[in-house]
Amino acid sequence: MLGRGARRGEVRADRPSSSSRTPAGDLAPDRIAIEAVNVTKAYGAVLALDQVDFRAYAGEVNVLLGENGAGKSTLMRILAGEAVPDSGHVALAGRPVRFRSPRDARQHGVAIIHQELSLFPALTVAANIFAGHEHARAGLLDDRRHRALAAEILAHLDERIDPATPVDALAIGQQQVVEIAKALAHDARVVIMDEPTSALSNAEVDALFAVVRGLIRSDVAVVYISHRMDEIFRIANRLVVLRDGRRVAAAPARDVDMDWITEAMLGSHERAALEHMNAARDRRPDRAPDDLLEVTHLSLASADATRLLLNNVSFRLAPGEVLGVYGLLGAGKTELAESIAGLRPGASGAVRIGGAALPASVPTRIAAGIAFVPEDRQRQALIPTASVSDNMVLSSLARVAAGGVVSPRRQDLLTAEMISDLSIRIGSAAQPILSLSGGNQQKVVIARALLTNPKLLILDEPTRGIDVGAKAEIFRIMRRLAEDGLAILFVSSELPEITAVADRILVLSRGEVVGMFDAATAAEADVVRASVHVAPV
Amino acid sequence: MWHRSEPASGHASTPGIEAPRAAVSAHSGARVGLALLARLRSLLALVVLMAVFSRFSAVYLTWGNLVIMTQHVAVRAVLATGMTFVILTAGIDLSVGAIAGLSGVIAGYLLTQGLSVSGHLFFLPAAAVIVIAIATGAFVGSVNGIVITLLRIPDFIVTLGMLYVARGAALLITGGSSFIGLGGTPGHGNTGFDYVGTARWFHLPVQIFVMILVGALGAFTASRTIFGRHVYAVGGNVRAAITAGIRVRRIKIAVYALSGACAGIAGIMLASELSAADPTAATNYELGAIAAVVLGGTSLFGGQGSVTGSIAGAFVIGFLNDGLVLANVSEFWQMIATGLVIVVAVGIDEFQRLGSARLTARRRLRATRPWREGG
Repeated sequence: MLGRGARRGEVRADRPSSSSRTPAGDLAPDRIAIEAVNVTKAYGAVLALDQVDFRAYAGEVNVLLGENGAGKSTLMRILAGEAVPDSGHVALAGRPVRFRSPRDARQHGVAIIHQELSLFPALTVAANIFAGHEHARAGLLDDRRHRALAAEILAHLDERIDPATPVDALAIGQQQVVEIAKALAHDARVVIMDEPTSALSNAEVDALFAVVRGLIRSDVAVVYISHRMDEIFRIANRLVVLRDGRRVAAAPARDVDMDWITEAMLGSHERAALEHMNAARDRRPDRAPDDLLEVTHLSLASADATRLLLNNVSFRLAPGEVLGVYGLLGAGKTELAESIAGLRPGASGAVRIGGAALPASVPTRIAAGIAFVPEDRQRQALIPTASVSDNMVLSSLARVAAGGVVSPRRQDLLTAEMISDLSIRIGSAAQPILSLSGGNQQKVVIARALLTNPKLLILDEPTRGIDVGAKAEIFRIMRRLAEDGLAILFVSSELPEITAVADRILVLSRGEVVGMFDAATAAEADVVRASVHVAPV
Repeated sequence: MWHRSEPASGHASTPGIEAPRAAVSAHSGARVGLALLARLRSLLALVVLMAVFSRFSAVYLTWGNLVIMTQHVAVRAVLATGMTFVILTAGIDLSVGAIAGLSGVIAGYLLTQGLSVSGHLFFLPAAAVIVIAIATGAFVGSVNGIVITLLRIPDFIVTLGMLYVARGAALLITGGSSFIGLGGTPGHGNTGFDYVGTARWFHLPVQIFVMILVGALGAFTASRTIFGRHVYAVGGNVRAAITAGIRVRRIKIAVYALSGACAGIAGIMLASELSAADPTAATNYELGAIAAVVLGGTSLFGGQGSVTGSIAGAFVIGFLNDGLVLANVSEFWQMIATGLVIVVAVGIDEFQRLGSARLTARRRLRATRPWREGG
């Protein structure tokens, strides 16, 4: 198991010499551990992957890059047997395979480590590593053997974790290592890691990278997905960039720089559509002099108090202004939005509307004029059991009630107004909310926010999971609301969207404000560069 | 009512209207029928029950028997009304039977022992005793709610604990025996407590009117008030409710207080009927109340259901039990029959829900991929 890999690793401890490269920069075909050949996959009307070729080489960290919705997760799931391509196929070491299930893929030596770890928190490290394929002696669990084998694997990974520790006593970074150990116990030749560092501190990231380097020394092919440019340059051997379901670029990491990546990820395609909105935007030269929102020294510690999710964030926002908040995953964007909305009572610092500091409670902040549209529509916004209409008026029932009794007639009038105002396409306001498309569901959530008569509207990734047409509509609505004097805080990890809609751009990195740009004059590359700036520890 | 999700198949297909349009098809008539059937399931079961039992027993369908059976249902229906609010928030209240027993004992104590204030013995009028007994129920219920929300102990555990605490308290107050003769004495000015359980209005027991009043108030509160909407929202998706600015803790405390108050009312109904406060009264009634709520179509996952459904569920269970008695079926078989009816009825409901969800998903897919299946 480990021995074989390690032996081979000894032979080629370093990268292959340049002589084994083909002119395109690809390695010799026999180094390909896993590949996707001409893979296409559609979800409903959305083409997630369009004839994509992807190769992961043994003994290398193969980084998969792309914006949200570029198709990274779909490709990863197909490689790991969690999804079946509509056309094209997966090949292992040159032989086409057809995985029936993730378990099947595992048996073929392909392991995937998701962001949400799949460990049993109450069981020991050893029990987790061998969960599902336990060793037995005389019909009884052979725990001694589990512990011995687990210790061997962990030692190989240079990790000092006692196999008898329950998993929930470990830090998240160590839990990730247990997942990797689990993959190795299955004799994995390909390990796919999805955003493994998003919840880790700097020290944990270093430890994880040491483990990843150990993996490639054992000639395992690592497929690594991340948004963090700084990390990518530390760990990557090879980059593949996806955009809108297509493979748009691939290169060895040593041959490229930040600008190459930025250009490949953003492209000129989507930008063209947004540019025209940019041109149509009516920038307000006479911005109201008085600030509406004032955030001062906002800080927020993580749940385990080991690091700061927000570190001393201060900024101001005027009525009629759209402030874009940009940053990579884990930069603290959502935490900032939620703190201002009153959902993070643990936040320190002050949030003021019109000069008065507000206590951190959602109803108080709504009453003060702060409305919030959360990032995760399904989990944080929608009441799945209720109708469109009931979802819409949920935050403003007092407007349609007298003496605590709701008037269905007044509710119908108010929702009808909102439905036509935001052109929500539905048959009846009484139909189930889940029968709508993502875009129309999002408009219902925005309608709920607007019905509270807000002065400040916070939109956290409002275009996530909705189609291009609905995106454009939501941007138009945002600009119209801003022209009517609403202040908008627009949180997004999609830079072209922010530059198209926002007046100013606030850039966060690891919880700190690292830049403030004027959207009219900022170069995208500058904004991206600011966002990968690692704040001094 | 809380705008229940209507089957959208009735709408004309206007261009630009999405998903539900796909539901317009030859099956739509049948689907509407099925959905209606599901909503009226309890009533339908009731009609079937009555038809069946009328064949076994000549008295089953007589007016006199229907009134008696309805009177039997009343206590369970009142408990089920309060329980509906708790279950709508995705909670559970196992303590209502014990709270009913405790409230009855409190009433019995005040009526028979009186209050001793600095050496003088006071007797409160029956109306005041009733108010205090209901308030006791509401108080104990709100203790449930406060412990659940503030100490974050699971509702199942807290109310299970309260079941024992309240029952123990009731036994402690009576010393294990019962307070009897709750009719009061004219000399004490506290007569009239037994009125609720024994008097008749328009030839019908007052208990039936209590049930109608509590049920109607409950149904109105659930479907037409802001509080009711918040209850459904908390049960439908608690995180979304928080984000929408609903004070979730208050709502949760309120539903347990409401359930406790209903238990208090039930306790008075029982004590008044027998003119005796038995500390073991209403033992296991919480299970009957939960069964009625579930049978009435309220989801244990919260967010879906109705008070009227729960009351219908209480009728089904009550009429089934009494019917079996009249048909001379042994008590043991009654329990088995009740158990089977609950599981089968809820099973049919889940099956039907699952089926229609799958149907909708398939239609949506077809609507979004016209090139695959020819629209």
